[in-house]
Amino acid sequence: MKKSCIISHYCQIRDHAVIGDDETLYERCGADLSDFFTGIYQHFDISYPKFYKMDNLCKLGFLSVELLLMDRNIQQRYAGHEVGIILMNASSSLDNDRHHQQTILDRSAYFPSPAVFVYTLPNIVIGEICIRHKFTGEGTFFVRERFDPLFLFNYVNQLFYQDVVQCCIAGWVETLGDYYDSTVYLIEKTGKPDAGITIFEPDTIKHIFAKEK
Amino acid sequence: MEQLIQKLKEEIIEALNLSEMKPADIDEKAPLFVDGLGLDSIDALELTVLLEKKYGLKINTAEEGKKILHSVNSMAEFITANKKS
Repeated sequence: MKKSCIISHYCQIRDHAVIGDDETLYERCGADLSDFFTGIYQHFDISYPKFYKMDNLCKLGFLSVELLLMDRNIQQRYAGHEVGIILMNASSSLDNDRHHQQTILDRSAYFPSPAVFVYTLPNIVIGEICIRHKFTGEGTFFVRERFDPLFLFNYVNQLFYQDVVQCCIAGWVETLGDYYDSTVYLIEKTGKPDAGITIFEPDTIKHIFAKEK
Repeated sequence: MEQLIQKLKEEIIEALNLSEMKPADIDEKAPLFVDGLGLDSIDALELTVLLEKKYGLKINTAEEGKKILHSVNSMAEFITANKKS
């Protein structure tokens, strides 16, 4: 029987809510971005103090993947090098770049903060996730004008085809100012097509991304 | 010295975004890195910036940095011994 790649789970954080596999897992209206992210962290009883040091892009990516993988036993099912992370967004690390710029505007008190500067690259979010889950497979962050399901499909498919990874966390993680939007997919190479399982293809990626709560 | 240690603890919490911690949670004698607060290399840079920004003090070598940033107590001793009047 031909094995297919499947989207085994997905997690979405947008519009004041966390959605996991079509189910609303957490909702909090009226909170500012920082309180919303901290609210998610505390609600799910996540224990990872480094979370508080992260910029908003890393917090969003970290939380999205944390909830995507909750109770999935990924580390038991795959070796670290078998898991890849492919993410994309439109604003790169601009949100934190602006923050960094604000901290160095005063030339008479020029003290760039290493803790801020370290997040002036978008792929740092992948590093944070890899450190947390001990993933060592392919990790790439793309900056695209908008979410591109076909591009994501082709790239991840190529990784599977070349046997680079057996499992891939992929998706969209965007923050800019008060705006945030993430959809991350858990894609697995060796799944048998079955009722209730989503086949990994551009239309299903697009369909999940376009879902509204 | 006690006042300086308390102030340093507050500044460390702010500079390193240790928002879950209170000054009382930090043992001034305990190592800041690996054990103790479990800080990393970026935190070491941040503490170096803190000493320069708030106290006008520079750490000149990595070896010196290891000793000065060992604990809150060692940071306070460095500040007391070198602060400009």
